[in-house]
Amino acid sequence: MSDVVEKTLSALPSLLSLDSQAGAGKLSPSSKLGNLIKGITELTSKHEEETLIKKELESIKEQVASPNTTMRQMKEIMVRAIYCEMLGYQASFSYIHAIKLAQQGSVLEKRVGYLAVSLFLNETDEFLLLLVNTVLKDLQSTNLIEVCMALTVVSQMFPKDMIPAILPVVEEKLTHPKEIIRRKAVLALYKFYLIAPNQVQHIHSKFRKALCDKDPGVMTASLHIYLQLIKENPESYKDLTGSMVTILRQVVGGKLPLDFNYHSVPAPWLQIQLLRILAYLGKEDQGTSEMMYDVLEESLRRAEMNHNITYAILFECVKTIYTVHPKSQLLEKAAECIGNFVLSPKINLKYLGLKALTYVVQQDANLALPHQMTIIECLDHSDVIIKRETLELLFRITNAQNVTVIVEKMLEFLRLTCDDYSTIDLVGKVAELAEKYSPDNVWFIQTMNSVFSLGGDVMQPDIPNNFLRLLAEGVDNVEDRQLRLFAVDSYVSLLQGETAKLPQRFLQVISWVLGEYSYLREEESDPGSVMRLLARLLDQRHTSTETRSWVLGAMTKLCSSPVSVALARDVCERYSGSLNTVLRQKAQELMILSQDTKLRARVLPAEGRLESPEVDSSLSFLDGYVSDALAAGAAPYKSPHQRQEDLVQEKALSLEPYGLSLPVSLSSCSITDRRSPTLLSMSSGLSGNSTELSHQEGSTTLKLEGVKRVWGKDGYLAQQQSAGETPTPLVELPSPLLSPQSPPSQKPSSGLEPDQEKRQLASSLFVGLGSHNSVCLMGRAETAPRHFRRKPRGESSSGASEGSSDSSHSSRSAAVDNLLHSNLLDSTTVASEGGAATTTTPQQTSQRTLDHTTSNGNPHVEGTEQRVEAGGPLSLIRGNGMVAVVPPTHTQTDPQTQQDLHPAPALERPRDLPLTSHLPAELSGLARSEFTPLCSDQDSSLALSACRVYKEDALVLLVFISNNNDSALHQMVLQLTCKELEISCISGSPLKEVKGHSVSVCLHTVVMKRASVQVELAGLLSYQRPLGQPQAAQFSLSLSLKHFLRPLTVSTGDYGKMWLSFSHDLKQNLRLVTTEHQEPLTATLDALKGKLHLHVVDIIGSEGIVACRLLQGPGQGQPCLLHCRVHADSLAVWLRSPVPELPDSLLYHCQKALTET
Amino acid sequence: MYISHSSLSLLPSAPAIQIRFILIQNRAGKTRLAKWYMQFDDDEKQKLIEEVHAVVTVRDAKHTNFVEVRQKDLLDAMSFRNFKIIYRRYAGLYFCICVDVTDNNLAYLEGIHNFVEVLNEYFHNVCELDLVFNFYKVYTVVDEMFLAGEIRETSQTKVLKQLLMLQSLE
Repeated sequence: MSDVVEKTLSALPSLLSLDSQAGAGKLSPSSKLGNLIKGITELTSKHEEETLIKKELESIKEQVASPNTTMRQMKEIMVRAIYCEMLGYQASFSYIHAIKLAQQGSVLEKRVGYLAVSLFLNETDEFLLLLVNTVLKDLQSTNLIEVCMALTVVSQMFPKDMIPAILPVVEEKLTHPKEIIRRKAVLALYKFYLIAPNQVQHIHSKFRKALCDKDPGVMTASLHIYLQLIKENPESYKDLTGSMVTILRQVVGGKLPLDFNYHSVPAPWLQIQLLRILAYLGKEDQGTSEMMYDVLEESLRRAEMNHNITYAILFECVKTIYTVHPKSQLLEKAAECIGNFVLSPKINLKYLGLKALTYVVQQDANLALPHQMTIIECLDHSDVIIKRETLELLFRITNAQNVTVIVEKMLEFLRLTCDDYSTIDLVGKVAELAEKYSPDNVWFIQTMNSVFSLGGDVMQPDIPNNFLRLLAEGVDNVEDRQLRLFAVDSYVSLLQGETAKLPQRFLQVISWVLGEYSYLREEESDPGSVMRLLARLLDQRHTSTETRSWVLGAMTKLCSSPVSVALARDVCERYSGSLNTVLRQKAQELMILSQDTKLRARVLPAEGRLESPEVDSSLSFLDGYVSDALAAGAAPYKSPHQRQEDLVQEKALSLEPYGLSLPVSLSSCSITDRRSPTLLSMSSGLSGNSTELSHQEGSTTLKLEGVKRVWGKDGYLAQQQSAGETPTPLVELPSPLLSPQSPPSQKPSSGLEPDQEKRQLASSLFVGLGSHNSVCLMGRAETAPRHFRRKPRGESSSGASEGSSDSSHSSRSAAVDNLLHSNLLDSTTVASEGGAATTTTPQQTSQRTLDHTTSNGNPHVEGTEQRVEAGGPLSLIRGNGMVAVVPPTHTQTDPQTQQDLHPAPALERPRDLPLTSHLPAELSGLARSEFTPLCSDQDSSLALSACRVYKEDALVLLVFISNNNDSALHQMVLQLTCKELEISCISGSPLKEVKGHSVSVCLHTVVMKRASVQVELAGLLSYQRPLGQPQAAQFSLSLSLKHFLRPLTVSTGDYGKMWLSFSHDLKQNLRLVTTEHQEPLTATLDALKGKLHLHVVDIIGSEGIVACRLLQGPGQGQPCLLHCRVHADSLAVWLRSPVPELPDSLLYHCQKALTET
Repeated sequence: MYISHSSLSLLPSAPAIQIRFILIQNRAGKTRLAKWYMQFDDDEKQKLIEEVHAVVTVRDAKHTNFVEVRQKDLLDAMSFRNFKIIYRRYAGLYFCICVDVTDNNLAYLEGIHNFVEVLNEYFHNVCELDLVFNFYKVYTVVDEMFLAGEIRETSQTKVLKQLLMLQSLE
């Protein structure tokens, strides 16, 4: 440590009087600045300083405004203004003068002007626009210093919109003969890249040139850009790996000029930069990683001097080695290197050692083993940052055996900390560990009690939510009863003590649990005791209103015995007059329910408490009210979920980089989990909560699909486990085999004799590590069967040992699968039942149904109406869908196509008819549209027609190419393009030619990528006649959303579940269809069903629920649910879907379908 | 990474910039130099300066030279902006560099030392008073060594050469 600044303020007077500072320090104390600084230093109070600076600013203001002030004086004034600003006093009046100084001053004055500008202004300041011309002028100046100054200010701040104005000049500087100019230009471009990457897109080739610059300094500068580029898109820069490796090798080998050495280490910062780049390049890429193993090893080897800067390189090197594709030898060396950090007496190095360990234990928990004693010492270190890092490390090596000790350590820390961030973070971690590895009920409840008391009201709301769900979800077996009873007992004793210090959230949890489960202990105590405790809590001053309403809710559940009823009446009297409406309502409820035993038994059945009550979760009884409100011009309701999503979208950028916790793999899950949109209002306190919770959870998990979840509530998720099972080279590490119980065999080299206590602590902390099978690197995957949480949750829902979120998700997705596949099952039913199918919905309008029922594999199609009538309701795809395009009147059959009887001959073009015979056999039984002529050439020698066949899992588009000429068509290529559609050709081999007077068919399956009302498909057929030029025929075809809709067969129950999980909704009133012999609702729904392939799930009274799905490839589909309700003369339709565009487009078609009817 | 610059450029969101600010304070918390590489408004700057002073001055030699600072996000009470302050004390002055939490601590710690060595050379045995009275020159040194939020020049000889060239103008 070189304490170069020895002299302190005490020396001030003598120094000032001497005024003989050598070198740069030439300052006369008699100057105005000198006086100002001197004046300020002599002051003793903040107040005096304020007065003095205000006075100073006044005088500055006067001087800058005076026309007599020369630039020279202005420079001096500006320095004083900078000084005032630096101390935190605004001198905004001087900003404009700073710009003026930069514009008009001589070189020296300009410098001060630029400096002032860069200190005063922000990137977005409008004043900066005034500077653009000056900068441009200076960039083109022949004076190197002016160019340098301009480039410096440009790299510092420049209005984004003005970049194009100076970009060419800055680019030009890349070829400047002076090295320093080139370097600064590269950095200016780097800055441009950061603030407006698009603007510098075109000069990437110049970046490469800079990378190859003969001056190492310019190359170094260009690495800043490359680090960014590679970080964002490593794939595109893999070709640079070789160059980076070569550069690093040269640097490490000392090939750079001595100038670059720092404490005789060659260009350390450059090495670090290169190592970071290599880490990005080699991540998850074995080939690339192999190129760098040698140089990484060399870096490790060369950095052996005992100096901070070599440790900086080593740290980066270790990080890179653990980031790129692993190589066992290197990992071994890196681990050894981490050891040097951890064991170093220097606290900085020890800290970084811990940090590195935290990073690597994710791959191999055993790496922590040799350092147990150090870790334990660090737990008690006076530096909070070390403690935090240690806890983080411990958190990552927690398993079922050491959980109690580690959690105790975390709670210890929590009790002492007063920092909100640490509290939120650690409380979440403790709750996670407790749920995952809890050894027994008592411990779990006690730990959660600490979590609630310590986390108080700052913790993530998910923690109490999850806890309550965990209690509520278990099956009613002995163990779950015990857990609940423990909870109840522990809360009763808590309430008997002093409650003033308990956070409100905890009190709410307590009241809910007591309300639900007090009955478990009732046998052994007097019935009114819990009630009395609650009443006491209610009356305490520190209890918040929200908590009070929870307490009242709990009391409502408890007031069964006469003692309780009396107590309840007492409470009601006091609270039914409360000013707070919620409390008043709760008090009223309590009053009525406590007096009317029968009603109470119905509302809060003692037995059925564990089953979720049936709830009309769609709140359909409110629909009338809602549609009235909508009609009156109210804004459509957005669910909190949606609102939050909107909010998140708005500030998406600001949230990303500042996650809650540091480690990447962890934060990704802890944030999504803890900040999930399931922040349901806890005040809806009845036992219905649990169902709602699980549904909402379902929606969360749905949103998480596709997100890589490495770490879940139940520990490492499958992929992580499988990653552990794959034989990584890590296994080959000589893991120090310590038996979990025995004290460490190695003593830390720090020389401290670990006392017995610490050894014990060590053995309890590190138990479960090391002695386990080496395949399971995590050291905790094998503890799964002991998971405390899984038992109650998993078994209750699915019997499989899954976390509840997973199981609710799987049941949901199973439902969806079921929905998607049920049609297939249906189709087999149809096939087997054949004609024996019975009409289940007799009211179906026969006029409009023209169905194509088929026995599987039999191309024969029945076309008579009666037949259709019978088969309609069960048929796979409603042929009714076709009616929209088929004139309803016709039942005519064409004699030519007797054996292929199709009811869809749009007879305007008789030539189309024979086309039906060209339908492939496997499609001919399916519902299809009429043939649409696409185009034909002038002499009708070539005609194109299209036909849509509605298959279960796709829309098949057939293009018929009819060659009416004698000569054959050759070299035919048919291209269909549409960006909204996914089109794939299913004709066996692409047809090349069509003989004279024949017809060929091209088959394509088409699905919609994104729901849209209507899409235009462009087609191009190129062909050649013998002896002719190549020709092409263009055509277009419009496809509408309804062609891609298929019925979604779901049960009412499944519908309900799906309804809750979909986030995008839309409401609208539609016209009702009225017919003579049908209810308007049925008629309307039938009309919709017929035209849009919807599935009517159920009709109850004046409400109907309808479901459909949008084809999106085999086995996939996006569901959309419709809830319809007759209201006055219109039909209030409420659509919900997981995709935002679908309800919108579907609604359009519903509207259209009903208008046409 | 950089999706919508237009609306959000005000927020200190760009994760790319490594150095967020450089701060030199004395033990009493008086600012001797403050260079910002990221946008903060004046209130934020003042708050950060005070916060840095509060966390840094209470630490002693047994402690690390690193502090993590978290600011509550204004938009969302549950999320924090994470900074890392790397500081080094020279006599009565604290030299602080604020970087991203993922940055290499030691590299910046040595970056500070390199900077101080240059100052020592430039001012011939530097003391706090040199920095106080020549604060605008210190800014020049900073600009020569750090630019656009990155370490620009690490070679002491080169920096000094450039500084002397500028000096000769006066």
